[in-house]
Amino acid sequence: MASEDQTVLTIALIYPELLGTYGDGGNALVLAERARRRGFESEVINVGIGDEVPDAAIYLLGGGEDGPQRLGADLLRASSFAARVRDGNFVFAVCAGLQLLGTTFCVEGDDEYEGLGLVEATTTRGEARSVGELVVRVDGRALVGFENHGGRTLLRDDVEALGAVELGRGNDGVADGFRTPDVWATYAHGPVLAMNPWFADKVLGRALGRELAPLVTIADQLYDERVAALAR
Amino acid sequence: MPRETSFRDDVAKGAVRTVNLLSRLSARGSGTVIGGRVGLTIAPDLLANLARHRDVVLVSGTNGKTTTTAMIATGWGGTVTTNDTGSNMPEGLVAALASSKSRSVVLEVDEAWLSDVARATTPKVIALLNLSRDQLDRANEVRQIAERWRALLADLGDVMVVANANDPLVVYAAELAANVAWCDVPTPWTTDAVSCPRCTKPLDFANGSWASECGFAKPQVLVTTDAAPLVVRGTALDLDLQLPGAFNEANAAMALTALSYVGVDLQGALERVNALSSVAGRFSLRKWRGHRLRLLLAKNPAGFSSMLLTLKSDGTDVWVAINARLADGRDPSWLYDVPFELLRGHRVFCFGDRRLDLATRLDYADVEYVVVTDESTLPASKDVTSVLANYTAFQEWRARTKPC
Repeated sequence: MASEDQTVLTIALIYPELLGTYGDGGNALVLAERARRRGFESEVINVGIGDEVPDAAIYLLGGGEDGPQRLGADLLRASSFAARVRDGNFVFAVCAGLQLLGTTFCVEGDDEYEGLGLVEATTTRGEARSVGELVVRVDGRALVGFENHGGRTLLRDDVEALGAVELGRGNDGVADGFRTPDVWATYAHGPVLAMNPWFADKVLGRALGRELAPLVTIADQLYDERVAALAR
Repeated sequence: MPRETSFRDDVAKGAVRTVNLLSRLSARGSGTVIGGRVGLTIAPDLLANLARHRDVVLVSGTNGKTTTTAMIATGWGGTVTTNDTGSNMPEGLVAALASSKSRSVVLEVDEAWLSDVARATTPKVIALLNLSRDQLDRANEVRQIAERWRALLADLGDVMVVANANDPLVVYAAELAANVAWCDVPTPWTTDAVSCPRCTKPLDFANGSWASECGFAKPQVLVTTDAAPLVVRGTALDLDLQLPGAFNEANAAMALTALSYVGVDLQGALERVNALSSVAGRFSLRKWRGHRLRLLLAKNPAGFSSMLLTLKSDGTDVWVAINARLADGRDPSWLYDVPFELLRGHRVFCFGDRRLDLATRLDYADVEYVVVTDESTLPASKDVTSVLANYTAFQEWRARTKPC
């Protein structure tokens, strides 16, 4: 076998006990399965709160409540995570994970808290909590999901948003998430990759560093149904 | 002196009964919420007045409220006022209290409403079962509920709190209460309490106990289920439930403990609780189009996990129905917190508004599934088929099936 085919995709799920409030661990499962069905070996590493952050093709960060989010940020700041990302390791984050990758975020009222500073994004307390369906136009397609957060995130002018909000609030009612070469993030929490197989393959393709052949699964029907339901 | 029931309250109580009756006659819903809403508008302190001079037990928590409330009502014996319709917000509680004059009252209370209801009804006992993620689109975050309970119980005064010692969030909520009976009951789901509610550092779970480096730890227990028989405050009880699963043993232990604080003889209560075989249609055997079905309500990750563990690994077909309507929570993300991998070896038929979300989850879990679009082609089975359904899906299956 060519060495290329022996690639083992390592997916590191960061602190699932802290950052996994909304089924966010599902994203790791989806990536691992979609890789496996294309013949790639994959391994999901659950990085627990006492563990070293390992080298990995992709880090996943999920959503979390205020206290756990703050603890997650503290633990990551003390780890090799930021250095590894600056060296080119890839991150896909949702919700609280998005917030703690930025420069500052707010928890427990209006107390400002220091993020990891990997992306020039600041999150303040929004006027109201955003709870509901979220639709974001990403590369010409609808990314569908659910958001539940109290943040308002502002990106520095040179930071690209993941996409434009069509339904829901995302960062600020106009844009959602951000996308730098190595850090992608959205407010669509939980198993957003399960609901958007095309976007899961974009994330997977980036992690594997290659174009992927199409893969037909039941998730395609789910995606079509959600897009139709939300367009009504 | 507390104000005696006023003429205004009597008018309100009459209005509650009349509107409930009209609601039932006109077949709009179950006839509990509508009437209660009218009553609360007429007299804001109606709940307090209706509860006065009665022995009130409140039951709250994410999972097991309805079953534990039914166990307390059944175990108490005699006529008991209870909200067995499942309407567990103030309107439903007012309707229940207005429907019966019995001095014995047990009410299940929505977690978010517990503070208001407890302050209004001055209960003798509050049973706190567990706290975990459930309908996060509505109630926001589990820890905020724990904070609210903690503030309530710190100054509620003369009430006995019966609390689950294995759930750190419940312990955090109840630790400042004046009187607590801590119960050592099966609690497999602690994923929502991995970081210490006091100091946010990691909690250390080991050997049936748990502790944080800040000193927050599992308290001394008064009630144990780890070794048979069940021991409630020194009394050994031979628990032999008709209802399945370890989670129902936990519910029964807490129900019997609560009853011990309102003066009920435990041996008699035990016999009545042991004999309970179905609660609000849950666990009941039903028939539908030639199928014999066992309806199981499972509406969040902790409840679903417990219910999956009660299924025999005999490869029989399992039906699962998932909706994401208002009463279910609009966000079905929680499907990824349920260990559906336990269903490998079964064939799962997917029903409900969100059957494609379920099918996708099962596909990624490597579980064989069938998306049901035509219900007339379901294969017959000589065995009883388990139907796991979340809240509104369960109500639908209850309505469309008949008792066996």
